[in-house]
Amino acid sequence: MNFELTKTQQLFRQMIREFAEKEVKPLAAEVDEQERFPMETVAKMARLGIFGIPIPKAYGGAGGDNIMYSIAVEELSRVCATTGVIVSAHTSLCAAPILDHGTEEQKQKYLPKLASGEWLGAFGLTEPNAGTDASAQQTMAVEEGDHYVLNGNKIFITNAGYAHVYVIFAMTDKSMGTKGISAFIVEEGMPGFSVGKKESKMGIRGSATCELIFENCIVPKENLLGKIGGGFGIAMKTLDGGRIGIASQALGIAQGAMDETVKYTKERKQFGKSLSQFQNMQFQMADLQTKVEAARLLVRSASFKKDSGIPYSADAAMAKLFAAETAMEVTTKAVQFHGGYGYTREYPVERMMRDAKITEIYEGTSEVQRMVIAAKLFK
Amino acid sequence: MNIVVCIKQVPDTTEIKINPVTGTLIRDGVPSIMNPDDKGGLELALELKDKWGAHVTVITMGPPQADLILREALAMGADRAILLTDRKFAGADTLATSHALAGALKCLDYDLIVAGRQAIDGDTAQVGPQMAEHLGLPQVSYVAGFEMKDGKYIVKKETEEGYQMLEVEAPALVTVLASAYKPRYMNVSGIVDAYGKEVEIWGADKIDVQENQLGLKGSPTRVNKAFTKGLKTAGEVFEVDPEEAVGIIISRLKEKFII
Repeated sequence: MNFELTKTQQLFRQMIREFAEKEVKPLAAEVDEQERFPMETVAKMARLGIFGIPIPKAYGGAGGDNIMYSIAVEELSRVCATTGVIVSAHTSLCAAPILDHGTEEQKQKYLPKLASGEWLGAFGLTEPNAGTDASAQQTMAVEEGDHYVLNGNKIFITNAGYAHVYVIFAMTDKSMGTKGISAFIVEEGMPGFSVGKKESKMGIRGSATCELIFENCIVPKENLLGKIGGGFGIAMKTLDGGRIGIASQALGIAQGAMDETVKYTKERKQFGKSLSQFQNMQFQMADLQTKVEAARLLVRSASFKKDSGIPYSADAAMAKLFAAETAMEVTTKAVQFHGGYGYTREYPVERMMRDAKITEIYEGTSEVQRMVIAAKLFK
Repeated sequence: MNIVVCIKQVPDTTEIKINPVTGTLIRDGVPSIMNPDDKGGLELALELKDKWGAHVTVITMGPPQADLILREALAMGADRAILLTDRKFAGADTLATSHALAGALKCLDYDLIVAGRQAIDGDTAQVGPQMAEHLGLPQVSYVAGFEMKDGKYIVKKETEEGYQMLEVEAPALVTVLASAYKPRYMNVSGIVDAYGKEVEIWGADKIDVQENQLGLKGSPTRVNKAFTKGLKTAGEVFEVDPEEAVGIIISRLKEKFII
């Protein structure tokens, strides 16, 4: 048993923390305020190899592990949750399923460009009538000659419009239920594929969240990902990994709010002493820090199990559930401890509170995480 | 082209506190970092590598923990790393340090030696120039720009008045300003590989130096007293309109013979 990061992981954390502080933090408020996708940050991250952390070197990645990837999302989200989710959706939801389920040709074609950040990745499962009930897919894929024809709509797709590669789920046989769902690799520019309305959101406002439209979209047969009818399994397995990413994002938001609140309560004086000298403040902050550290251990443990090839589905669900709820609690209290200033955009905690909310919703709501955990408990 | 960059691990002085009683630095819990001017020097070397395909060696003298900054340098793109470590080096002042480093440099091939201007823990700016003297090399300190032309180095040296442009024959030694070279971040792939690479450990027996020039024996410097710098008195504040302010500033500068 060893709770310490390896030397490599520590060196990585040193780099990503410095990068986040110097390159990402200064843009966070502006990106949020203007709902602007931080393209310049994406280019900088691409040059450093941040889009290919857990991708093997053979496919152009850095050959790192999932703990490093989790640290990256945590440290980026600590200063800007928008930047964190761009990396998370790209890595966990697009590159990972291609690495895990792709043919050698697909891996050779897509992974090097995803790892280098030349292409961004995205994932399309959610539909207007298929949210938590992801099995109710209405997007259809019909085999015609050497290609599939896709028709339908996906919504709330992270990185949409900026991504080049999309892992898309569609029904290939409606009579088979979840066993009739298949996964496809769809590229920007394929005929009949377009990006629709961009959502205006409460938080993570710099990240692009859009509708995807498939109108007789022609997808070559070689872009089927995994086996025909194997899509639902791929989606669920992908989301297990994705939850480590979102748990890391939530953890980062919570830590960022703690950092800001420690700083503020030491400086802010009322009744002749700083807020941090009031025992009520100390006790509440101690409780919050304990929860943040517990969330961190859950996130690290799930990442460690994934790296070790140990089943981690329930661990990832617990990590995401606890980290997301911790992020919401910490950020809400952080605003409270900042008082009136916390409610203004002069201070970053109100942004962090708005950003935290989504971590309880996307890549499986907190209720879905409880379903996953309970299913393992009562199997 | 072979470049050797001399780097030093220093306490991050932005986070350091001073014991008010003893006047000494409290080093506990203070993170150790690569000295900023040295990191600027490494960036210069890596830029030359990007442009001309140079081979970059980093070398540091320090305790075994200094391994960390060599790994960082490897992750940034250095090709070879050497850690000079030996009990015989302990207690070295700038002169003994420069003798040890020069002794190691004599065992290496180089066209250019790069050092930082000064370290943030000692601020002496002596080790780089001393090494050049020991090695009989031309040297340029306070370097803010560097180019190569017809096998010669065109070096921009910062002075208090402005800049000097100097032409220097290779091999030479330069000491670099952090402000002139924004260091690159470590690359993720480089980080993954950094601990798989070799850091060569060199002791006193491995380098070309006389033993009495090393460590405490080779160090003529004695620290007489360490103390915390007193605070300056508060400045004067004049709340006047700009024209009157200009008059006040000029008269004060004249009083102090600054203008």
